[in-house]
Amino acid sequence: MTPTALLREPARFDVAAVRREFPILARTVHGSPLAFLDNGASAQRPNAVIAAVDDYERNHHANIHRGVHTLSQEATALYERARDRLRTFINARASREILFVRGTTEAINLVAQSYARPLLQEGDEILITYLEHHANIVPWQMVCEQTGAKLVVAPMDANGEVHAESVERLMGPRTKLFACAHVSNALGTVLPIARLIASAKARGIVTLIDGAQAIAHFAVDVQSLDCDFYAFSGHKMFGPTGVGVLYGRERLLERMPPWQGGGEMILTVSFAKTTYNELPHKFEAGTPNISGAIGLGAAVEFLGELDLPAARRYEHELLSYATERLETIPGLRLVGTAADKASLVSFVVAGVHPHDIGTILDQDGIAIRTGHHCAMPVMEFFKIPGTARASFAFYNTFAEIDRLVASLERARKLFA
Amino acid sequence: MDLADLYRDVILDHNRQPRNFGDLEPADAVIEGFNPLCGDRLTLRLALDADRIRDIRFEGAGCAISTASASLMTEAVKGKSREEALNLFERVHALLTDDAAPIADDLGKLAALSGVRAFPARVKCASLCWHTLAKALAAKPAEVLPRVSTE
Repeated sequence: MTPTALLREPARFDVAAVRREFPILARTVHGSPLAFLDNGASAQRPNAVIAAVDDYERNHHANIHRGVHTLSQEATALYERARDRLRTFINARASREILFVRGTTEAINLVAQSYARPLLQEGDEILITYLEHHANIVPWQMVCEQTGAKLVVAPMDANGEVHAESVERLMGPRTKLFACAHVSNALGTVLPIARLIASAKARGIVTLIDGAQAIAHFAVDVQSLDCDFYAFSGHKMFGPTGVGVLYGRERLLERMPPWQGGGEMILTVSFAKTTYNELPHKFEAGTPNISGAIGLGAAVEFLGELDLPAARRYEHELLSYATERLETIPGLRLVGTAADKASLVSFVVAGVHPHDIGTILDQDGIAIRTGHHCAMPVMEFFKIPGTARASFAFYNTFAEIDRLVASLERARKLFA
Repeated sequence: MDLADLYRDVILDHNRQPRNFGDLEPADAVIEGFNPLCGDRLTLRLALDADRIRDIRFEGAGCAISTASASLMTEAVKGKSREEALNLFERVHALLTDDAAPIADDLGKLAALSGVRAFPARVKCASLCWHTLAKALAAKPAEVLPRVSTE
């Protein structure tokens, strides 16, 4: 179940050993070896995650909490152990601050409805940035409609960078909440969140970080970041789909009303009055995605056994190599050229629509994403309908980037 | 499945040089098609003589399949009656989605679109303009037409 000691090798990153942990990477697509460059949408699962989910389903499944029988106790222990692993992974103070949700989208909606909605008055402001994913725009628009609050959007520049000063200028007396991406999914930009969180905190503004694109690439320490909420999805960090985490500062979570009512989130129910359960159960109404949480716990354990600093360096080398190689393709323009980027390249090719690029690359076994990446305002900003996006994980290779470049050349020639 | 079957010369040609592309003034019907999945947008403008499509133009930004399909469609339906055009819509729809649909000789250049059916993810690209046309023809002239979406 655990990766080999090879993965701990400090000097260099052994990509071949890591690839062996991901069985899907051995398959072919249209007769070519799969080159999976769509990790920004969803990353693949290592054996450790597949085995943990399989073991749970075969040997331990029962509904969690309150069951006195053995299986229920085993399932509960596995589920809560997964929560503890996630607490350690992001260095939260207590497991009570780790809420299992369906994913980043649900996490943000929870904060919008349970934290922001009761608090916001007409004329209050929620501050976001221009490069947000729709999941970090629409929940705030909804709560603004419900409360009469205003959504304020901090600008980005032509490189797809968001400058701290231009965000800080918009942090005013009415700003009640600041929500931004840690990493842009459409452009790869890494936002200066440490500084922005500090600036917000100095002004008494509550902060939420959308960590969906960051969690697989960076060490996240919520105590050192000092954010109030941090949201991420399991499937983008090599875990299952349908499970994710909302980290919330205990003091705030305590104050927030539950956002869904049902079983598990209560202490006592009578028709006159219901009292709510303690954290984190107050926010986990109904039977949760037990196997998903256990799989996510296994993903975190898998990551813990990798040499993560070496993996980060390796991903950065992939990014530099891809950037360098793509720039040699005539007519190709990179979209998102921030100085600090995660391992993701978004681009357009003159005369070739992203959708056609996607089909042509797929025929060569190369999976990328094309379209607006759920960031229509970003596409609007660059006056393009969409981009082609290759997003890398530590199991990708330089050879796969060479194949990407060769396939793009083929696409370009077809449409020349 | 072969890329050359999808991107046939006719498709590449109509993508490079779309026919009937641009504005049409005055138009009896203006209708917008949108594919939120990929962001493709297209505006169709029709000039009608009673029941007949006298002229048709399209504008928009889309992939090669969507542009070529719109270009081929405008060529094919110009001069046709509503009924003839709607009949052609049905036949092209079958061509795009039904593996068993025969590729009749009288479809002419439109037969080039049959390569799309081996690529299910691209069917919507090819069918957007046709759905938009069908909507335009189903509506009464001069009516304000809602946006057509393939989602």
